Amino acid sequence: MIDIEQHTSDDYVIEIANLKKTFNGKPVLKDISLKIKRSENVVVLGKSGIGKSVLIKCIVGLIQPDSGSLKVFGKDVLDMNSRDLNDLRTKVGFIFQGNALYDSMTVRENLEFPLRRNKIIKDTKLINELILDVLDNVGLLEAIDKMPSELSGGMKKRIGLARTLILKPEIILYDEPTTGLDPLTSREISNLIVKIQKKYNATSIIITHDLNCAKITSNRMLILHDGIFKAKGSFDELKNSDNKWVRSFFEMA
Amino acid sequence: MQNSSDSDGLNKFLIELGGLSRFTVQFFRELFRPPYEHKEFLKQAYQIGLSTLPLISITAFIMGLVLTLQSKPVMAEFGAESWLPGMVSVSIVREIGPVITALICAGKIGSGIGAELGSMRVTEQIDAMDVSGTNPMNYLVVTRVLATTFMIPILVFYADAVSFYGSYLAVNLQGFTSFPLFMSLAFDPLHFYDLIPATIKTFFFGFAIGIIGCYKGYYSEKGTEGVGRAANSAVVISSLVIFIMDLIAVQLADLLNIFMR
Ligand SMILES: Nc1ncnc2c1ncn2[C@@H]1O[C@H](COP(=O)(O)OP(=O)(O)OP(=O)(O)O)[C@@H](O)[C@H]1O
Ligand SMILES: [Mg+2]
Repeated sequence: MIDIEQHTSDDYVIEIANLKKTFNGKPVLKDISLKIKRSENVVVLGKSGIGKSVLIKCIVGLIQPDSGSLKVFGKDVLDMNSRDLNDLRTKVGFIFQGNALYDSMTVRENLEFPLRRNKIIKDTKLINELILDVLDNVGLLEAIDKMPSELSGGMKKRIGLARTLILKPEIILYDEPTTGLDPLTSREISNLIVKIQKKYNATSIIITHDLNCAKITSNRMLILHDGIFKAKGSFDELKNSDNKWVRSFFEMA
Repeated sequence: MQNSSDSDGLNKFLIELGGLSRFTVQFFRELFRPPYEHKEFLKQAYQIGLSTLPLISITAFIMGLVLTLQSKPVMAEFGAESWLPGMVSVSIVREIGPVITALICAGKIGSGIGAELGSMRVTEQIDAMDVSGTNPMNYLVVTRVLATTFMIPILVFYADAVSFYGSYLAVNLQGFTSFPLFMSLAFDPLHFYDLIPATIKTFFFGFAIGIIGCYKGYYSEKGTEGVGRAANSAVVISSLVIFIMDLIAVQLADLLNIFMR
């Protein structure tokens, strides 16, 4: 019994089956099934407002799906109590589309917030080392005592990433990590995502409209449309697909 | 079920009331559940005091002054000028101090909490807290509601004191009453069955300001417009609730008076 659980959780870190979500009578997710292996980067493409953010919010329990099953590390997210959900959330990092930095706190306080609150580490010196390390990773050591309002869009994105990385998550869900950035910074962030995948052995879902980012980061790609995954494959497979509609996603750039 | 605007309005009101009740129940459930965020509580309490002190000082001082000046000619007509401090002190302690202070706080703190939590909701900071393993209900809501519940009674005491001082100055604009004499005249008609209900109701005022501000902010609609509306309706609803609570408190205090005398 334990053996089997171990086995499945090793094989697939995230298992989603027949997930449905309707908002005010409007179906957003109709029938979503997806399995992701450890340290795999999956990129999700899709038009604006199609439900990409809703999908990854379901995974961390921010949105309750109407039906379907949703397992992370082999455990069912949908019947977790709040303590299990908390445990899960310390292992799953979430990069918000709008950064969601706490704007009443400095960068340092933003970064130490999840650490101190979960009582994972209490030692101030150690916390300080971790903060410096993670800021170094995203290349923003000089921003440590700034307020979020003093940062540029790209810097905010990186601090948001740093705040997630500091908990050393095993799964990272990126909601449009490069949107609104110049091509150069976008590429830096994309490379950073790959670096994180290698360094922490992290599993990721990356939502993006940025094809360069998709190309750099993806091991596998999915296109969400009308509440289901309409197309799956590697970047090159989808780019050279026989289907004109699929190819149209790649002609924008 | 037809879409008449009347039943729509009633529906909305009932939904709001249900939402607020559920929110209040949730608050009490989180209240006793660790972690206890004393640091955040103290920070909020400090900010409440700091942000309202100037406004409350000026308003309370003027209230005491004006109330005394206005009542003076009437009292003089009856030759009852020595009752002036007592009459003013009773109306300040029972009604004017608590209600004016609570209304100022509803305007200043209620809207502040509504706007702060509203913008945190809209920019997904509340969700971010949630996914980083911190219960935002515990960290944001419980601390703020406790802070208003305990700070508003303190601010009311302070406002009463400042009002007394304003009244003392007004009495002394013409003629002379020494401060000790003024105080003894002011406290003479005050009984503990004036003080106790007046103090108890201020805790309820504080609680109402906190919970309504948090509720409107926590469930703010998306967009900057939603944040504005959250702040605005936090003020309107909590002011209204303060008046309703005061009405009930006056009735209960009267009952208490009848039994105690
Ligand atoms: N909490 C919610 N309540 C009601 N409707 C919602 C909620 N969250 C999302 N929706 C609706 O679900 C749909 C999908 O939203 P979602 O944010 O997932 O889009 P998206 O694919 O992430 O788009 P974008 O690329 O613009 O971020 C939208 O129509 C949105 O209005
Ligand atoms: Mg989105």
